[in-house]
Amino acid sequence: MSDHHSDLRELYQEVIFDHNRHPRNFHAMKDASHTADGHNPLCGDQLTVYARIEDGVVQEASFVGHGCAISTASASLMTEAVKGQPVDQVEALFRDMHAMLTEAHPEERDFGKLEVLSGVREFPARVKCATLAWHTLHNAIAQARDTARTE
Amino acid sequence: MNAPIRMDSAAGLLDSAADFPILSRPIKGRRLAYLDNGATTQKPLAVIQAESDFYAQSNANIHRGVHWLSQHATDLYEQGRESVRQLLNAARSQEIVFTRGTTEAINLVAYSWGRMALKEGDEILISGMEHHSNIVPWQLLCEQTGALLRAIPVTDSGELDMDAYRTLLGPRTKLVGIAHVSNALGTINPVGEITRLAHEAGAKVLIDGAQAVAHQTVDVQKIDCDFYAFSGHKLYGPTGIGALYVRYDILKDMPPWQGGGDMIYTVSFERSTYADVPQRFEAGTPNIAGVVGLDAAIRYVLSIGLDAIAAHEQILLEHGTQELLALPGVRLIGTAANKAGILSFLVNGIHPHDLGTILDTEGVAIRAGHHCAMPLMTRFGIPGTARASLALYNTQEDIAALAAALRKAQKLFGTEHQ
Repeated sequence: MSDHHSDLRELYQEVIFDHNRHPRNFHAMKDASHTADGHNPLCGDQLTVYARIEDGVVQEASFVGHGCAISTASASLMTEAVKGQPVDQVEALFRDMHAMLTEAHPEERDFGKLEVLSGVREFPARVKCATLAWHTLHNAIAQARDTARTE
Repeated sequence: MNAPIRMDSAAGLLDSAADFPILSRPIKGRRLAYLDNGATTQKPLAVIQAESDFYAQSNANIHRGVHWLSQHATDLYEQGRESVRQLLNAARSQEIVFTRGTTEAINLVAYSWGRMALKEGDEILISGMEHHSNIVPWQLLCEQTGALLRAIPVTDSGELDMDAYRTLLGPRTKLVGIAHVSNALGTINPVGEITRLAHEAGAKVLIDGAQAVAHQTVDVQKIDCDFYAFSGHKLYGPTGIGALYVRYDILKDMPPWQGGGDMIYTVSFERSTYADVPQRFEAGTPNIAGVVGLDAAIRYVLSIGLDAIAAHEQILLEHGTQELLALPGVRLIGTAANKAGILSFLVNGIHPHDLGTILDTEGVAIRAGHHCAMPLMTRFGIPGTARASLALYNTQEDIAALAAALRKAQKLFGTEHQ
């Protein structure tokens, strides 16, 4: 197997397939306090992220939409990761995820399950797939009214 | 510079890949199967050499210098115009305006002819399978003039609904703008019939030929259209150069759209008068080397013969269609009876974008996405497709590589039995 094929295996790990086939927290949220739409105009990926934030803590997070395996799995993993987290820690995680996917792995951060997304870095054309949900959640928290863009 | 016509006589296929240097370059350690020709085609050595030779031997500005090189460069540039005339079988070379590509050509028509000819309440009729470049310029024009944009619906097989077209055509229709070949579906539209009906209704016709000129013989006099646009880079030529054909009796009365050098007759601060056509539409120093490269590309294509190229791509299209449909869970989007070499498809359980990445690691280059045809994707209720698009240098080996890579993707995703 060439390096390119091991890169591909790194990108498409079993956890990604699992979350693509069975996305977690994949539903609209009626009592969401924060919501935002995300759209990647290049590939047509579209999602809506919901969060119920109380006392500065993300009590619930969910999403709906359609996209590739990477974007769906990233959104699914994200909703699991941020649940129960204080907003400022979610924002710090957003920044670290962005760094992990685009630049270098922040040394001090243990990403836990989210680590499976790090293979994306070897596929620059796919980075936006993985970051879309995170940008969208970030916008929801910032209460940005505009559709999030990965551009 | 005529390329010898090499045929694999048993299969009736062309054998031209050796003319294209990039095709021998491995990608990620794999033989490149370049199937993204709808986006852009690769360039034969003849084109690369022509551009290089121009800068090494012939470079000067055109239409103004008294020195020898300037006249020489002007001759090469105008020879390029004559080549385009020949490619399209236009009646005269003055009917050819050089542009940056199809997009600029359509914008030129919308800006110059459109603003002159359209008024509030008029209608522009396009189709549901247009590329954004044949939608958005008309929307801009409608905003400026108060004209209305309407679209001919597309059938489930990806053909134009001709009955609906006849109904939509009316006395208010001033322009019909249609893709000759759909970039997302491969459908070859009946542009002759479309033009005849439009002219009966008193409308002008623009044909977007971006996906047609490299793949079949085009004859603007036979089609009888008023405007025909194409890009050089989809015709084995350089990027940044294309052409617009406009019937002379229309072109001669069209106002300029960009002002500057080369497009004027006289200039004073009170008033300028404009050059004759086609120079009136070529303000500023044009892409001279691009025209030289395009000229070489046209000569290359004509030396092989567009009918031979069309036949070659038809064989590969049929073979590719069979290979794709032999895979489980593959659905073709665009199954028109009259189709060019474009395979747009969906694979059950695998998003087109994931397919694109996996195929890339196998050296198979395809396009994934909405193909700049969002309304068409909406029509089919899909976010996008995977698209393999053919060119004269593709081979049965490329089709086999595509099918093998798709099998690998299905195995990776565990969907090989779906």
